[in-house]
Amino acid sequence: MAGTLKDATAIVGIGQTPFARRLPEPEKTLACRAVLDALADAGIDPSEVDAFASYTMEATDEVEIAKSIGAGDVTFFSKVGYGGGGSCATVAHLAAAVATGQANVGVAWRSRKRGSGPRPWTDTAVQLPTPAQWTRPFGLLRPADEIGILARRYMHEYGATRDHFFNVALACRNRANQNPAAVMHERPLTREMYMTARWISEPLCLFDNCLETDGALACVIVSAERARDCRSRPVYIHSAAQGLPAQHHGMVNYWTDDPLTGPAWTAARQLWKQADFGPHDVDVAQIYDAFTPLIPLSLEGYGFCARGEGAAFTEGGALETGGRLPLNTSGGGLSEAYVHGFNLITEGVKQLRGSSTAQVPGAATCLVTAGEGVPTSAILLRS
Amino acid sequence: MPGDTLLPPVIDEDGTPFWEYAARGELRIQACAAPGCGELRFPPRPCCPHCRSFDAEWRAMSGRGRIWSYVVPHPPLLDAYAAVAPYNAVLVELADAPRIRLAGHVVAAPDAPLDSVDPARLRIGAPVRIAFTEQAGLTVPRWLLRERA
Repeated sequence: MAGTLKDATAIVGIGQTPFARRLPEPEKTLACRAVLDALADAGIDPSEVDAFASYTMEATDEVEIAKSIGAGDVTFFSKVGYGGGGSCATVAHLAAAVATGQANVGVAWRSRKRGSGPRPWTDTAVQLPTPAQWTRPFGLLRPADEIGILARRYMHEYGATRDHFFNVALACRNRANQNPAAVMHERPLTREMYMTARWISEPLCLFDNCLETDGALACVIVSAERARDCRSRPVYIHSAAQGLPAQHHGMVNYWTDDPLTGPAWTAARQLWKQADFGPHDVDVAQIYDAFTPLIPLSLEGYGFCARGEGAAFTEGGALETGGRLPLNTSGGGLSEAYVHGFNLITEGVKQLRGSSTAQVPGAATCLVTAGEGVPTSAILLRS
Repeated sequence: MPGDTLLPPVIDEDGTPFWEYAARGELRIQACAAPGCGELRFPPRPCCPHCRSFDAEWRAMSGRGRIWSYVVPHPPLLDAYAAVAPYNAVLVELADAPRIRLAGHVVAAPDAPLDSVDPARLRIGAPVRIAFTEQAGLTVPRWLLRERA
């Protein structure tokens, strides 16, 4: 192998706007604020930015960002598809670009008014993508319905219960209650509330679904060498991977031999192959939580437990502070903000800087994952 | 929410034969037509992922299957679906091709509404058989519960 990504680059700046159901400013303005906030955190002048990466669903393109913040000549730019599956890949693409000399200062960002803006599935005018034309007309309209199908099958095969999904929702809500920036700060969740909540798509209730949020976030990636001169403590990108499994069909992954082994399994194999440590050495995890069942599926996929044991893994406070694997310590998409998983990346950085509002003592390694159930990505961070 | 009619299936070039056979009351699934291969594939696509042949045929299925999983959606939904919510949306594993699972609705009769079967009657593994109905001028599949053999 000619080169390695391992620890060659670092995240040296993070930025974010407030999170709310509705923010008055437009997505472009929020994007610029988050990007400039991240650059200020890094102590890097915006004119030095020469690389950008975001999601294909991002409405503000790099041309608009670059000219608004006063970037210089940009020599690398990339967009990653599949909604929240692209979150960690934005960082991975910039790490690869910086490590191979294509650019020096990379900015990844996501700005989205999903709280006050439209729900994507309500747009019936768009041509349905190939797999969805076989599912959406039959009433699997929303991501909650599509994942609900897998969730019920998972419960059937492995004895997972709603209490297991509640364990996930509760851990995220508990961390949000420690995080003043979280949308669900000071709004505790009880088992009674969960079990009596309205259904969205049985077997999934309201609290199994992520928030709908307006907000923007960004992070800055430079070489490990450059990182030593930055204002904040560098957080190294130790390993990165994308995952599109053989015969995968996106969120309606219904026509494979085994629909319950999703893209996480593919990304995980590549992620761990490149890493100096394994799942049991991870101090804290930020796992994509658009829906609670994605957590047990991801715990299995990323190797924290065996196949079918993801639900049982959540028992006994395992995902809480002090548990086996503290999870989504900002509150995650379920209880901090749902911005296509970018807040999971910035929270991973905060943990390894020691500045999280739910700090895991001495955290030195963090797994961050992107959306499971769609072509995905993941990164391992270390301090 | 907008959407005052059930969403019509989108018929693309690869999938056109499925809907042409459905209009005749037949469930057929795309299969590789290369000698020695013959693998079924779904959704339809231009070539066989097993042997890479572009030769395809549409193989008749028995129309029997079992519920692999299901959800019961509640609002917010598109208007036409909210009007019959909570309804069931099932994934049926075909008896002839267990890895091929078709999305649909279990109904009391081919032309009955989407909420015509009590969701409490649904179980993973429940045997079903296909039926066809007209929806906005197009023949679409539905599923009927059948007694266990």
